[in-house]
Amino acid sequence: MSPQDNEPVMSEFDSAPGDEEAQGGVIGAIRNHSIGLALAILLTVTSFYIAGTHLVWHPSIPVAITVLAIAQMGVHLVFFLHITTGPESTNNVMALAFGVLIVFLIIGGSLWIMAHLDQNMMVMTQT
Amino acid sequence: MFGKLSWAAIPFDQPIPMIASAVVALVIIGTLLWITVKGWFPYLWREWITSVDHKRIGVMYTVLALVMLLRGFTDAIMMRSQQALAFRAPGYLPPEHYDQVFSAHGTIMIFFVAMPFMIGLMNFVVPLQLGVRDVAFPTLNSVSFWLTATGALLVNISLLVGEFARTGWLPYPPLSELRYSPGVGVDYYLWAIEIAGVGTLMTGINFVTTILKIRAPGMTYLRMPMFCWTALAANLLIVAAFPVLTATLAMLLLDRYLGFHFFTNEAGGNVMMFMNLIWAWGHPEVYILILPAFGVFSEVISTFSGKPLFGYRSMVAATMAICILSFTVWLHHFFTMGAGADVNAVFGIASMIIAVPTGVKIFNWLFTMYGGRIRYEPPLLWAIGFMVTFVIGGMTGVLLTVPPADFLLHNSLFLVAHFHNVIIGGVLFGGFAGYTYWFPKAFGFKLHKRLGQAAFWFWLIGFYVAFMPLYVLGFLGMTRRMQHYDVPEWHPWLLIAAGGAILIAIGIALMIAQLVVSIRQREELRDATGDPWDGRSLEWATASPPPAFNFAVMPHVEGQEAYWQIKQRFRDESLPIEEPEYEPIEMPRNSPTGFICAFFATLMGFALIWHIWWLVIAGALGAYATFVVFAWRDADERRIPAEVVAQIDRANRAARARLQNASVPA
Repeated sequence: MSPQDNEPVMSEFDSAPGDEEAQGGVIGAIRNHSIGLALAILLTVTSFYIAGTHLVWHPSIPVAITVLAIAQMGVHLVFFLHITTGPESTNNVMALAFGVLIVFLIIGGSLWIMAHLDQNMMVMTQT
Repeated sequence: MFGKLSWAAIPFDQPIPMIASAVVALVIIGTLLWITVKGWFPYLWREWITSVDHKRIGVMYTVLALVMLLRGFTDAIMMRSQQALAFRAPGYLPPEHYDQVFSAHGTIMIFFVAMPFMIGLMNFVVPLQLGVRDVAFPTLNSVSFWLTATGALLVNISLLVGEFARTGWLPYPPLSELRYSPGVGVDYYLWAIEIAGVGTLMTGINFVTTILKIRAPGMTYLRMPMFCWTALAANLLIVAAFPVLTATLAMLLLDRYLGFHFFTNEAGGNVMMFMNLIWAWGHPEVYILILPAFGVFSEVISTFSGKPLFGYRSMVAATMAICILSFTVWLHHFFTMGAGADVNAVFGIASMIIAVPTGVKIFNWLFTMYGGRIRYEPPLLWAIGFMVTFVIGGMTGVLLTVPPADFLLHNSLFLVAHFHNVIIGGVLFGGFAGYTYWFPKAFGFKLHKRLGQAAFWFWLIGFYVAFMPLYVLGFLGMTRRMQHYDVPEWHPWLLIAAGGAILIAIGIALMIAQLVVSIRQREELRDATGDPWDGRSLEWATASPPPAFNFAVMPHVEGQEAYWQIKQRFRDESLPIEEPEYEPIEMPRNSPTGFICAFFATLMGFALIWHIWWLVIAGALGAYATFVVFAWRDADERRIPAEVVAQIDRANRAARARLQNASVPA
């Protein structure tokens, strides 16, 4: 049995964004990266833009920028780091999940710990 | 021209470091002379220093660990004797020297004994157990090793040139800040650990990639030997945790070199952030050390009980659970830092929970032995000694996870006794078990059995005599790191502890004797089959020492305990061992990249410590140039022709056939 017999037949719909090989070699890769670049620029420009205008309700600007930053991460992961939902990408997805979990634990834990450092101190009033 | 470096850096007025340095220098010069006289330099350069073979690198890591163990143990003997003498007396070590001794002891034992010991065993064993020819990135592996050696070298240079840190094995600010430690000691620590840490991080990436991506055909995740699983978990932890260490120490370096204020008392710095971050690395670190040791014990107990590992899947689950949980407990290293009851309670309970998967493992090992045909070879002795000792250490650990108890016991010798209980009883015994277990695989002959048994008993009894008194002293209120004291109740216990250190010293002497005697009697101890212990995993399926390509033909794995199944089938069906079709094998070329990189890294580290800026630039450029030259190489593989493969494999096949014929009843 030759190795080719095992390979599943891939159609255009079996692949995810960022899965460049399934989308036709170099041209597909260029198209892919261009879409990614365009999205990334769009998200960056938007965040700079809304920070200086009244397009968004003023107190919610930090929230909007956070949302755009998370979207930015998603774009990078899909289009540049090629994290896909395909079966060959399981390891990458698992590694990403592990990394996100650890970052969450360390940053969340540190914030919580550092905020509680003065729990055993007497309450001091600001003068 | 030479920054802060001058003749004043060499402690001419202090006899102890001068004599120690002279002895070390004599040993090094003697060894180099011996090698020169024998004409071994070309061989060492070709076959070891430039080697990218995971087995050679594994052996070099282990040698580094054992040599550094001698250095770290010398520090331990000095501390024990100082404390035995320093009752209402100054002892023989002045405080500033004593502080350096305990700092160097901790730093060396964790970073340059325990880490290289475990990484050395992983290097040697994991590719063999997975049934593959090398790790994913062989040259990177060599770079990792040599950068670790650079760190060890820098720490040891501090003995003669300048001083070492006086801040303990973790340089807590504000003591480690420039204001309170203006000397080069902390800088030696920081640069040594930064450079070695880069090497460790690359090892982590290398092994995660190897285990996830490169396995023999049929070697699914749930067919991997337990040691591969624990290696995977440990390396995932390295990848996740070591960047935290590097970043934290880099922040301290910025404080010290460029006037930043991350951890200073003034100008908005926060000292406690250092404790928080260093332990966010530090707690996973202890699992990085102990998990591979758990893997070694799993292999050893299963082999010498003649049974498959009990509860393999629960063992995998326990390993991966520890891998995640180890990131949820770090606050238990600083319960007394000021956090309130709710924070302390959450981390205390998490620390108790992490003991559960470890308990699962202990029961699995016991049930593996239950009903087994047990052979009390030295590796199994270490494993049994581990189980008894580690349970005691684990229980004192669980006691310390109770925050109110920790408020009484923190910073006392009880704590010191606890972590030596788990690190010696767990990591070091695991290293020794692995060393005696895999030594015949690495060199083709077994280690002397009786000397091994004697060394084990001296280590085990010595350990109890040395560290059980420290638990008592902790309850008596003695804090750690005391240069002298005047409490009469403490003195007898410290004398007993010093006696224990002497017993351990005899154990170490017996291990050296064991190595020497075994090399001299290697012909009697020779094992031609490559399977001296009746092993169960794939590393025993090839010759000892394994050829450069590990396996002449890639093994096909059909279940757990890959090699045991092959053996069973051949025994049951008494199949003739047929010769496979040999094919040429391509192996990575040796490369001096690692050694040259580390040479420049050593120059750069030394120059950074002493503020010799031109040498810093030269070292950085040199290391970068080495990388560029390597990246532009044309040929990176060499081809081993099929005839050579066949020739090497036939000798081993014949020896195995003789063994099989002897074991099959006529």
